[in-house]
Amino acid sequence: MTGSSHRRPMIQVEGLTKHYGQRVAIQGLDFHASAGEILGFLGPNGAGKTTTMRILTGYLPPSSGTARLAGFDVVEESLEVRRRVGYLPETVPLYPELSVTEYLAYMGTLRRVGELEKRIREVLEQVRLTDRAESFIGNLSKGLRQRVGLAQALLHRPPILILDEPTIGLDPAQIIEVRKIIQELGQERTVLLSTHILTEAQQVCHRVLIINQGVIVAEDSPANLQAQLAGAERVRVQVRAETAEVVALLRSLPGVAGVAAGRQEGEVLVSSAPGQDVRPALARRIVEAGMDLQQLAAEGISLEEVFLQLTHDEVDSRGEGDEHA
Amino acid sequence: MRNIWVIASRELRHYFISPIAYALATMLFLILGGIFFINIYFGLQSGQISPDGRLVIGPMVTILLFVTPALTMRLVADEYRMGTMELLLTAPVRDSELILGKWLGSFGFVACLLLVTLVYPLILHRMTSPGVDQGALITSYAGLLLMVAAMLAIGVLVSALFKNPLAAFFITLGVLLLLWIVGGLGGGTGLGSDIARHLSFVDHFYNNFYRGILHLTDAVYYLGMTAIALFLGIQVIQARRWS
Repeated sequence: MTGSSHRRPMIQVEGLTKHYGQRVAIQGLDFHASAGEILGFLGPNGAGKTTTMRILTGYLPPSSGTARLAGFDVVEESLEVRRRVGYLPETVPLYPELSVTEYLAYMGTLRRVGELEKRIREVLEQVRLTDRAESFIGNLSKGLRQRVGLAQALLHRPPILILDEPTIGLDPAQIIEVRKIIQELGQERTVLLSTHILTEAQQVCHRVLIINQGVIVAEDSPANLQAQLAGAERVRVQVRAETAEVVALLRSLPGVAGVAAGRQEGEVLVSSAPGQDVRPALARRIVEAGMDLQQLAAEGISLEEVFLQLTHDEVDSRGEGDEHA
Repeated sequence: MRNIWVIASRELRHYFISPIAYALATMLFLILGGIFFINIYFGLQSGQISPDGRLVIGPMVTILLFVTPALTMRLVADEYRMGTMELLLTAPVRDSELILGKWLGSFGFVACLLLVTLVYPLILHRMTSPGVDQGALITSYAGLLLMVAAMLAIGVLVSALFKNPLAAFFITLGVLLLLWIVGGLGGGTGLGSDIARHLSFVDHFYNNFYRGILHLTDAVYYLGMTAIALFLGIQVIQARRWS
């Protein structure tokens, strides 16, 4: 891999739109992802995540717009794209009558994987399935099947991985396991991962796209999204002192955007600039002033709230649009 | 091209590990064996065994009419039903390779079955003197292979239209039966009758191949049917991407 390929976007989507008859599934999506990036696709069920992924993998043709993966157009150069993409659909596509090894051998032969036997051993190790290599897929648990699907997606060493709800239906231990695998994979590959679980996006992804009703409503790192959309971070501080005294003390600190009195004596709410953590500075200032610090808690708005806020705004603005029309 | 072989051999292997294929093979050999036995039994009693090597071929055609839809019903429909179509259509496999591979796999399985049925004429050949008419036997089997190729192609096409294998079975059977009986309309004269006769699935077989006659038009008919059905099958896969 050359240096330039790291900077070149591996996934480049422009104005991607898909209609199913009258219904619009996705509308004018624009986004990109580069090598070594885990991009999260976050949205409620039916938001258009699966449709987008199916277009990127060459399963569905778009109604309009373009998508290029590893520099190849998904419509014009579909086979080239498919060679470079590993895909785990939402319902893991498996043949229950085959053993794990037989299944991977079939897919590996279709994908012309060199030194197939060795490669199968490698991916099984990677997804921690070595001990189930000869088991029939039909006898595996949901979590193990998910890993077989993941092994299939990895088999041909694709530079791009597209994973549709990879942790859905798994138990908590399995979820952690699969997330860990994805994080490992994302170190050198481009991973596009869809989820409707906010904490998952927060934990695994470098960048998150929030999609609702077929349009992207926000795009940023999980931390920034949280900060920006909440307006600012808030810290609740409780000091054994008079409120006015505390306000005066903290207002001048760098990074502090505002200080408001709380409900109780000695309680203040400190808002800071987006993405800045002022808590250590607050604590130091209070202690240096000889006051007793009783409580200091960040009131960061969770991605969950941001998500609800965004998706609701979208519904509201659409409603207004209808009224004007 | 290579992908066609990969898919065909996977389907062929699937037949050999699936109980349904064995059940169908058992049914085929039970009926053919019964017919063969009865013929030989009564032949021995009357002291005259018919040296017609095609003894089992007539009934076999009828059985294949039911067997082939059962063999093709799940070929594509099951991939849709189980979601594995998404896997195949996002692998670097052309839609045409997929359809041709599926068809070739089923053809390979039926060819294996037909190969085994050769045992009956071979036994007959040893029991009679001067033996069976080898010419008619060879053309009959050639015709049988061509006819089965077309039946399986129609089965693959119908299977591509459905998600439910059983629906595919009945529709395939319906289409094959229709092509079977349409020849009955060809009794009269005029264009309509001519078309009906030319469309008839069985007339091309019984009137010529079965009698030891090789006509290019009959071969073209079955090959054409096969090609059209497979071509339409590929179109169906492509069209279903849009739906």
